[in-house]
Amino acid sequence: MNTLALSDVEIRRHGASGPLFAPLSLIVPAGTITTVMGPSGIGKSTLIDFIGGHLGSGFVATGKIMLNGLDVTHVRAENRRIGILFQDELLFPHLSVGDNLAFGLAARHHGRAARRRAVDAALEQAGLAGFHDRDPATLSGGQRARVALMRALLAEPRALLLDEPFAKLDAELRTEIRSFVFSHIRARGVPVLLVSHDASDADAAAGPVVAM
Amino acid sequence: MTGAEGRWLRFFVLLLVTGGLVLPILTGLWETGRAAFGILPAIGAETWSLAPWQRLFTLPGIGSSLKLSLWTGLASTLLALLLATGFCAAIHGWSGQRHVSRILGPLLAAPHAALAIGIAFLIAPSGWIARMISPWATGWNLPPNIATVNDQMGLALVLGLLVKEVPFLLLVMLGALGQIPVNAQLAAGRALGYGRGVVWIKVILPQVYPLIRLPVFVVLSFALSVVDMAIILGPSNPPVLSVAVTRWYFAADTSLILPASAAALAQAFVVAFGILLWICAEQVAARAGRWWIRRGGRGYSAGPGLILASGATLILMGLGASALIDLAIWSVTWRWSFPSALPEGWSSGIWARPGSGWGSAFIQTTVIGLTTTAIAVLLAIAWLEGEDRAGMQRARWAEVLIYLPLLVPQIAFLYGLNVVFLRAGLTGGLGAVIWAQALFVFPYVMIALSDPWRALDRRLVCASAALGAGPMRRLVAVKLPILLRPLLTAAAIGFAVSVAQYLPTLFMGAGRVATLTTEAVTLSSGSDRRVTGVYAVLQAVLPLGTYVAALFLPAFVHRNRRGLSGGAA
Repeated sequence: MNTLALSDVEIRRHGASGPLFAPLSLIVPAGTITTVMGPSGIGKSTLIDFIGGHLGSGFVATGKIMLNGLDVTHVRAENRRIGILFQDELLFPHLSVGDNLAFGLAARHHGRAARRRAVDAALEQAGLAGFHDRDPATLSGGQRARVALMRALLAEPRALLLDEPFAKLDAELRTEIRSFVFSHIRARGVPVLLVSHDASDADAAAGPVVAM
Repeated sequence: MTGAEGRWLRFFVLLLVTGGLVLPILTGLWETGRAAFGILPAIGAETWSLAPWQRLFTLPGIGSSLKLSLWTGLASTLLALLLATGFCAAIHGWSGQRHVSRILGPLLAAPHAALAIGIAFLIAPSGWIARMISPWATGWNLPPNIATVNDQMGLALVLGLLVKEVPFLLLVMLGALGQIPVNAQLAAGRALGYGRGVVWIKVILPQVYPLIRLPVFVVLSFALSVVDMAIILGPSNPPVLSVAVTRWYFAADTSLILPASAAALAQAFVVAFGILLWICAEQVAARAGRWWIRRGGRGYSAGPGLILASGATLILMGLGASALIDLAIWSVTWRWSFPSALPEGWSSGIWARPGSGWGSAFIQTTVIGLTTTAIAVLLAIAWLEGEDRAGMQRARWAEVLIYLPLLVPQIAFLYGLNVVFLRAGLTGGLGAVIWAQALFVFPYVMIALSDPWRALDRRLVCASAALGAGPMRRLVAVKLPILLRPLLTAAAIGFAVSVAQYLPTLFMGAGRVATLTTEAVTLSSGSDRRVTGVYAVLQAVLPLGTYVAALFLPAFVHRNRRGLSGGAA
């Protein structure tokens, strides 16, 4: 039932004659990590932007995005409940680590104490207990990646998009963070779409692979 | 983040900007124009005629005033551009370059009138410079009889304009340089055998100039039509055109209002003519420049020119700083007779008596400044947020719209605007002054805020949307806090612009609103330098204090946020 489906998605740059890639249709079932592979520059990030509702005004897209049977193609980004892990962690520089998580934490958690407990629990899961008041700029690359994942998950997304989130990590950290991210998101049982140009990401995801 | 989201916001902003900013300027110009051709019902003039123009050209000194305006405006702008360019070329690569904009702060923040008064105190025959070199070097025991201020040529005015405009152009130029890969291009040029300075002028300047062209026009328009600085430093009989117009408008003889309006319209033509002349000169310079570049001269000889330009720039900055110090000294002077280098007696008497007048002027200035700045900053945020939500680039016409109040000379539409306000019963109050000042504060706030706003990482905004934050929360909880530093810098600039306003306060306040600037300009012709010094010091300190606050407040709020502690201001 929980699925993310794309049908005949085509994106072209404003004024360009041809689309960035051939029409794309795919179904991402819940609990699996589907990988879309393609060379750099083909428009993988643009596809992610389109699915998440962040497409810039320089692009024109056609096709449909269905989430759990509902057409969300024209729903606003903040109402789609589609989480994204970007290439950079994009932690808010003006907020502490804990406040970054609280920013993501779904509004259904009421009360200051309850929200703080949820944030602390997430920090604990990420192996970052006691980091609540830290400045995100002082974290290591691996720590930032884990905070970014926790922030995305606390928003309780109905689907998750991963835009090469491991591309900037070095080889050792990459394996570690990848398994951390994958094990956490598998546990959520939501559809996950990963775009990457790296075959080792697809292998680790152990799900269907689609070529762009 | 689709277009429809911001439609109401954009509509609202457009309505405010056209209704609040553009319309007043156009109706002001229209009313001035009508008066220039004989229609001003308020004084019973109701028939079209050319009489105001005929009268204007019989007024004494009109020809000299026109010539003086063109000469001081064009000369100061051209010199300012040359000096700023030479200085930029000379300091490039110097490690202290990024601090230059901070050092410029005080000179940029100090209003024109305060600096002009300080310069007058400095270079007058009885000024600080003469005192410091007398009598040992000059033999003067009495101030010499030389016209160093209010000279017939307008040289003192040109000097005053330079002290203010060179730092402004430097700041603009340094900002524009950030958008060009200067180092790589300099290296490429030098590898071809060009000297440091020459490669800057042959390669970098042609790329920088288009980016600073509008600000250069603003400087030119300002220099061609400045009033407060010209009253203090410029020739007095005949004065430059803008001062002559102001005098005629405020003359006891109301029949002068019609020719004054004709002259105000002529002032607009002077600015248009000046800009046209400048554009022609640009064409010639571009052609000559291409010829010069094609010749391929490696030009080691450009070095001395750059040294001269940066030397002159440093002297100007030194003059500006000394002028501010001189003001401060005069404000606490009890007795200072010529030719002592420093006062013989000190006193804080005037400072201790705010009731003597400066207290209420200080409060008026602060209230007007804060309100105007708040309006301008809110409108700028609404405008920029509207652009964001529409996901569109700023159109060329919108950019010109923002610059419009800075390109049209104030005197050309302020009287007409006053006529409109009078008819609407709005004149003479604080509200009218605030509105009129906002016309000039908003553009500067917009210009200061636009680049940092666009430089904000869009993906941070996307990330917050992906976490479920709606447009309002994205603005308030993500964008504004991250942009705190540039927001406060823009506000400080807006406040400084407001404090410096002279004509809008004069015309819209109908003599009932006295700010530090209007009082200082009035006092500058008087004889008590100590009182004038107090007003001018306050005038300079008020914006400077805001600048300092704009620097330290974000540093304090974000003291534990390394990601924001550096960053562009």
